[in-house]
Amino acid sequence: MISSYVRKAVVGLAALAIILGGSIAKAQDTIKVGILHSLSGTMAISETTLKDAVLMLIEEQNKKGGVLGKKLEAVVVDPASDWPMFAEKARDLLTRDKVAVVFGCWTSVSRKSVLPVFEELNGLLFYPVQYEGQESSKNVIYTGAAPNQQAIPAVDYLLAEGSKRFVLVGTDYVFPRTANKIVEAYLLKKGVAQADIITYYTPFSHSDWQSIVADIKRIGGAGLKTAVISTINGDANVPFYKELAAQNISASDIPVMAFSVGEEELSGVDAKPLVGHLAAWNYFQSVENPANSSFIKQWQEFIKDSKRVTNDPMEAHYIGFNLWVKAVEKAKSVDVDTVLKAIVGLETPNLTGGVAKLLPNHHLTKPVLIGEIEDNGQFQVVWQTEAEVPGDAWSDYLPESADLIADWTDPINCGNYNEKTKKCLGAEKAPAK
Amino acid sequence: MAAQDQTNQLPMGQLPIGQESDSGTIFSEEVIKSLTSSKVSDRDKAIAAISQNFSPLAAEVLTGLLKGGLFWDRDSQAFYLESNGLKPIWPTAAPSAAVNPKKVAVNNRQRELLASLLSARSLFDPKVETRREAAKKLIGAPNVDLTVVQRRLAEEDDPRTLDNLKIVLAMGALKNQEGSEAEKLAALTELERLYAPAALEDIKALASGSNPELAKAATQTLKLMEARAQRLALAETLFFGLSLGSVLVLIAIGLAITFGVMGVINMAHGEMAMLGAYTVWATQTILPGQPGLALILALPAAFLVAGTVGGAIELTVIRPLYNRPLETLLATFGLSLILQQAARKGVSSMNVAVITPEFMSGQWAIANNFSVTQGRVIIIVFCLLVFAAVYLALQKTRLGLEIRAVTQNRAMARALGVHSSRVDTLTFALGSGVAGVSGVALSQLTNVGPNLGQDYIVDSFMVVVFGGVGNLWGALLGGLIIGLANKFLEPMNGAMLAKITIMVGIILFIQRHPKGLFPQRGRVASF
Repeated sequence: MISSYVRKAVVGLAALAIILGGSIAKAQDTIKVGILHSLSGTMAISETTLKDAVLMLIEEQNKKGGVLGKKLEAVVVDPASDWPMFAEKARDLLTRDKVAVVFGCWTSVSRKSVLPVFEELNGLLFYPVQYEGQESSKNVIYTGAAPNQQAIPAVDYLLAEGSKRFVLVGTDYVFPRTANKIVEAYLLKKGVAQADIITYYTPFSHSDWQSIVADIKRIGGAGLKTAVISTINGDANVPFYKELAAQNISASDIPVMAFSVGEEELSGVDAKPLVGHLAAWNYFQSVENPANSSFIKQWQEFIKDSKRVTNDPMEAHYIGFNLWVKAVEKAKSVDVDTVLKAIVGLETPNLTGGVAKLLPNHHLTKPVLIGEIEDNGQFQVVWQTEAEVPGDAWSDYLPESADLIADWTDPINCGNYNEKTKKCLGAEKAPAK
Repeated sequence: MAAQDQTNQLPMGQLPIGQESDSGTIFSEEVIKSLTSSKVSDRDKAIAAISQNFSPLAAEVLTGLLKGGLFWDRDSQAFYLESNGLKPIWPTAAPSAAVNPKKVAVNNRQRELLASLLSARSLFDPKVETRREAAKKLIGAPNVDLTVVQRRLAEEDDPRTLDNLKIVLAMGALKNQEGSEAEKLAALTELERLYAPAALEDIKALASGSNPELAKAATQTLKLMEARAQRLALAETLFFGLSLGSVLVLIAIGLAITFGVMGVINMAHGEMAMLGAYTVWATQTILPGQPGLALILALPAAFLVAGTVGGAIELTVIRPLYNRPLETLLATFGLSLILQQAARKGVSSMNVAVITPEFMSGQWAIANNFSVTQGRVIIIVFCLLVFAAVYLALQKTRLGLEIRAVTQNRAMARALGVHSSRVDTLTFALGSGVAGVSGVALSQLTNVGPNLGQDYIVDSFMVVVFGGVGNLWGALLGGLIIGLANKFLEPMNGAMLAKITIMVGIILFIQRHPKGLFPQRGRVASF
């Protein structure tokens, strides 16, 4: 009887010691890095890759000895493409796991969902996807493109190629709606008539494109050179391009400029019907550059698949991760406020041969590249900006945000500062419309 | 050099096409330099220079450029053309294998220019399809040489090519600054008669121009063309509606059997279609280079795969839960998540590439301005065939008789010696197999990936409930009606609102007629 009590007590104590000891040892040895990307549900198709990319970057950093003499430890959670769950998982990462930094989110709606959590708990999020702008949070570093680093140069390219009429097609949610509003304002400013800007919105995963493509064909066949600007998201792209091919619309008749189609989306597609259509990004796998080749090689070895492709959001995580490491080493701490102070102004090489600099508005400088789709699912760069373009959080082409800037350095320290009235709108935010 | 200078002086129209001009002079030093330059504008110059040469080699080079098949090997200073591997084309002494070939790239604008240059050349092609295509390409193309078109007009005998050539000429006449009023009026009549929307902008310019006579005629032409466009749009919408409807019917037929006839709410129905679509990917992977054959072989394969999985599901998951609809719903929903995640882990979290074979792509031109997509027509026909096959299987076979007997009165059927549990398994396998076959068709229209099933499950339940549970005809008519309604609503208020309107419409309809379009009558209806 007694012996059994003793045994139980000993076992219990030993277990307790192991748990406590383990967690204490861990707390001393590692810095936790949160990864908040969907691994199931509709967005898993895009986000799983980003999770793997961050794991690879962490592994690489640990080989170099970690950060501040400590190993990095990845904490992977699965928000399952469910927007409210993004907020729950973010709260878990920050309060339970006490991660120093989070790399995550893809859709704008997921970012909007975690934003209040990061601001309330003073966390740090690196967001790697091109987005609609009109936002700058103290707790978010936007490593993807703002509209002026993707949409505006893309429109300039189409105008220079002689397009006079524009069809804007998008999935019905916040990114296409905002991006199209900016594009429309810019086109009007460039002298395109309102009647020559036609907009279509479709539900998520829209699969029957017959009517819209027939409309595009009719519009494009009416004597004015027409281009399509596509903010169609994810899964809906393949049926869209298939329908274009089925109705015999080639890229030289009506080019489609896409903002959400990259190498990864094309790897699940028979790319022949898409040849010649365009995409605007800040990175293409096909860019020839030593840094890029070694990144691609490292990625394919890590994922154990010599055919896996790299894409723009992966490069964004690459830049974001390196910036964070540099900032932590500069600040000699992982404390969010100290890191945020250190990170503004830091520079790190990107994968296309230039330099990414973090601006006071928490956006990056990025080159803009226009690529044409080739039959192997890669892009051939046909145009690129001379120098890196600084990201602009608040669009200059929309009247409600023309006077706004974001600056997270002293003395402004504000995400939506009105330069005319010299006032910070603060939590009141700018008008969302 | 002398030969090239001579060609330069000749306007294109007077040059008998096909006459040899000296091919040796195509690649002058300057052309090579600008063609291999990394600047887009340099390549413009090279294309202009090559287009002045009328040798067959020049045509080959231009075609190569257009198709992205022209390669430059810097090491051996030679050009290669892609046709089943790289073949040297210039200089004659070039080594037969390229060392380090690099594609000579062109952009969209240049492709457009190349296409128009080549079209003018292929107007004289002996093949009628080539000429048709060439004439069509010339409509609205930049820098068309009208004298060539004029010359071809006299010799051409294919009516469709003729019409298109006439449009090209009439558009040229409209644009001609020095043309007389009578010429322009004639051109307007011609454009209206042949219906050429490509000329709309030019006609609009005339309608608001300074010549009142022409402006009046142009306004009239615009009005007539607008009416014509609306009639065409109506015909198109009708076709699109039928095509969307046939897709809905295809995915709903399987459900009409499992849900409609057996009363099992199978949330994993979409995943059966997903299995079918993955089968196409598998057969295409096994048979590389023969996507068409693989697609046809995938039909029976998908039926077997999805049918077997369906049968297994019935035996293991659904059988213990008969008469417990809520638990069945939850269990099959869980099953659908398991199958999706299995596809993600087993194959890839990304979509897989399914090739569209030749016979599923392209268009059938019914009239000069109205063509339907080949793939869609095949799917409409395929849908009707599947429906007929399932209908006959239920009406004319022994199994069909047993299925109907069990659904109408299980106890009586058992008393008469029908092995009812075996019939249940086979019925469920049949419904799942048909869903697999519909997945084969879906693979030609949409993404093949883990999410395929989810995108269609709601639609298929909608069709079955609207059509009337337990009735195959209901699924057929319900699907077609929903498809047509969707396509007629879409142009009016957008894809998003069309979908919502349909949903609201169906809710209202089901409230008035809870049993759908074709309510089941008789003993079974009282359950």
